[in-house]
Amino acid sequence: FLFPYIQLDFEEAANLMDANRDVVTISIGDEDLKAKRQGPAGGFPPDVRKNLDFLSTNKCQCLKCRLIMFILFWLKLLAGQKKSAPFWTFEYYQAFFDVETHHVKERIIGSMLPWPGKNFIQVYLRKNPDLYGPFWICTTLVFACAISGNISTFLHKFGSSGYKYTPEFQKVTIAATAIFTYAWLVPLGLWGFLLWRNNKILNLVSYSFMEIICVYGYSLSVYIPAVVLWIIQVEWLRWCFMVVALCVSGSVLVTTFWPAVRDDNPRVTIAVIAIILLLNALLAVGCKAVRSAGVSYVLLHPCNCCTNDSNPVSVG
Amino acid sequence: MTSAEEASRPFAGLSDVSIPDIPVEGDISLPVASSARDDEFSTLDEPVKETILRDLRAVANKFVHVLYPKRSSVLLRDWDLWGPLLLCVTLALLLQGGAADSNDQGGPQFAEVFVIIWFGSIIITLNSKLLGGTLSFFQSLCVLGYCIMPLTVAMVVCRIVLYTASGKVSFAVRLVVVTASFGWSTFASTAFLADSQPSNRRGLVVYPVFLFYFVIGWMILTFSP
Repeated sequence: FLFPYIQLDFEEAANLMDANRDVVTISIGDEDLKAKRQGPAGGFPPDVRKNLDFLSTNKCQCLKCRLIMFILFWLKLLAGQKKSAPFWTFEYYQAFFDVETHHVKERIIGSMLPWPGKNFIQVYLRKNPDLYGPFWICTTLVFACAISGNISTFLHKFGSSGYKYTPEFQKVTIAATAIFTYAWLVPLGLWGFLLWRNNKILNLVSYSFMEIICVYGYSLSVYIPAVVLWIIQVEWLRWCFMVVALCVSGSVLVTTFWPAVRDDNPRVTIAVIAIILLLNALLAVGCKAVRSAGVSYVLLHPCNCCTNDSNPVSVG
Repeated sequence: MTSAEEASRPFAGLSDVSIPDIPVEGDISLPVASSARDDEFSTLDEPVKETILRDLRAVANKFVHVLYPKRSSVLLRDWDLWGPLLLCVTLALLLQGGAADSNDQGGPQFAEVFVIIWFGSIIITLNSKLLGGTLSFFQSLCVLGYCIMPLTVAMVVCRIVLYTASGKVSFAVRLVVVTASFGWSTFASTAFLADSQPSNRRGLVVYPVFLFYFVIGWMILTFSP
């Protein structure tokens, strides 16, 4: 989506490929891109796709070949997007908000009740990923995290003397950084990785960048009630809620990405699934740590701790 | 020349007419439009107090419309950003002075409140435009800014309550006041914004507004000097 109008001449590439004489000269302009349908292995017509697939499996490591691979990478990105307006216009982004209230409600409920075999992207998104859900769910989660952390600190320290209530507004910044990084950078990495593996394996199932962002955004929606329930001061109940949220969110991600990686080398499959779950767990634990970091800071800070209590207790 | 010849040739009789030097005088009455233009130009001569008061009256008029949210188009037709700026600065100043001893774990700083209000408004406006809203960018900003007024009033009330009472009673009073004003703000802005959206997306537009005023209400409620 960064360079919608790439004029690519494959003549140079043809000169490099001594082995294969039927690499044709392709020039790809914007009208070709507009006509592409969003298909499983990219939206190009079969003969172009054959040549592109050949080029993408080329093992030559010279500079020209690598430059062509790089350009192919961005071409595939563009081919996967069905929006045809240039990225600097408003209409380009308006196409990502083409949802209605009941769509969003269904998607949120679907992400909270995962079912084995029900792929979130295929069942709920149906080729219409939106940016509304991921963005507002992330924002809500940020504020819910900060507010619930504030309330639980307050409730924990309510009785003890010397405690001065502070709104701890800095938590919002920390939570926002963590959550938005997770919800937007991890999908980018995962999408790039799946694209790279697709070149080797030629999977039937491939997801566009927007769809992956959508899945990650909606999978965070189960954390919102979990974070609100963390106000309850019972420790084992908190861990219980966190584990439940982790399982639900993780299973949404796993059922979605399993079809995309199961045809791969088993080690790669397990590694990908493990990393997805690990990052998810890291987010959950990180959220908890941010909330409790305020408590231990308050206890250690000389201005705020009560005069009799000198051992710093870290509360999880 | 005979009169018949004069009549046959048009303007024939004017060739030998000599115009004496008679000064022409009288009143020229201009049509209505140019007299209004004359009035506008004459605002340069009015006292500065009058100019400022005109804007202040417009802002105050909009405040009244927020207090009694009817379906009127005053806020939308003559939008201005003076009111939102005034309210935002007032709110940010009132939220200062809390938790004054430790700067680290304190309340929101002036810049944070300012940024939250303005960037929050901008993001909500962009959201409603992306969802296909018919309000213009600045009209939307104007509405969201003016509807912060009940929350600013609640902030003033909270500060007064904090000076006079303390403990559970003050917290309960503050909670009630902030909740009421948060509901009022959301209702007032929804009355303006929801009409501009198709009915199947109204919920999607109203929720961010709810979240925005909830966060501001939270900042007001947790203010402790």
